[in-house]
Amino acid sequence: MHQPSANDSVQRHDDFERRLMRATQAGLPLVPRPYAELARQLGCGEEDVRQGLAAMLARGAIRRIGAVPNHYAIGYTANGMSVWDIDDTFVDDVGELVGALPYVTHCYRRPRQLPDWRYNLFAMVHAGSREGALAHVAAVAALIGTRFPDACRAHDVLFSTAILKKTGVRLGHFS
Amino acid sequence: MANDSRHARRGLAASRDPDPVDRRLINALQGDFPLSERPFATVGEALGLSEDEVIRRLHSLLEDRVLTRFGPMFQIERMGGAFCLAAMAVPETDWDRVLDIVNAFPEVAHNYRRTHVFNMWFVLATASPPGIADVAGRIEALAGVKVRLFPKEREYFVEMKLEA
Repeated sequence: MHQPSANDSVQRHDDFERRLMRATQAGLPLVPRPYAELARQLGCGEEDVRQGLAAMLARGAIRRIGAVPNHYAIGYTANGMSVWDIDDTFVDDVGELVGALPYVTHCYRRPRQLPDWRYNLFAMVHAGSREGALAHVAAVAALIGTRFPDACRAHDVLFSTAILKKTGVRLGHFS
Repeated sequence: MANDSRHARRGLAASRDPDPVDRRLINALQGDFPLSERPFATVGEALGLSEDEVIRRLHSLLEDRVLTRFGPMFQIERMGGAFCLAAMAVPETDWDRVLDIVNAFPEVAHNYRRTHVFNMWFVLATASPPGIADVAGRIEALAGVKVRLFPKEREYFVEMKLEA
């Protein structure tokens, strides 16, 4: 005879979160009681949905619930991916410094792909014009040069000229 | 199909500018959305808008692509899934064919054209970490262009908000 175990309960909990994720990956229902609507779709209580979302927010499985603007539409027409070849010894210190700047929206360390790609630090900058973005990048370069002389060996900035697809993360293929 | 590819070449531009009320709403919705029973009413209260107007404006902002999405933003690594930035150096003469191939993959979450020899940059999202290399391999096989993977080794803290 099958005894319910802690594992079963973990499994049911994971299944519920995955179902909740699938139900909301296209977005929250735009109705007065969106959590009640999700509960109806999932066959559970509204309170289960709200508690499930709260728990996922608390442990960071959901970053936030909210709107994702089309950067172009709100005036940030120059979306520049600045990329930096930083001495490995200093890259984490430089990353912390650059990530803290107000116009930087993402900042990551990534592997180089030598010989075609020498850059190991990626920082997305947003501005209202390409000149504005280039000014931000120049300011970043100056800041790095002051704080970590010789750590930066080269940099470049790649502007986006078209959004080719932006669906957010859709995990319909999640089993 | 012809329509789709024209759309893709032009990019997914918004079809209108947000008005001042839209901008206030967008800014308010970049923070924490309430988990109350009637969250749109809660948001509206703070902005002096009715629940109905908040919902109506959100519909319209999504429809007009001023917003690309409204809902939970999942950190899928914490759900057992994986994300990876990828890039390709696509020959200009082959652009439309490769774009259709890449965008047809549901695992491709975002795709941007950028000014570099590596001119197509996209994010792969898969249910498990091995899925990334698998999808990259399938894209490569169909497109005949090498897919470069740039996995995140470390993320540095940033404030995730742009003023509308």
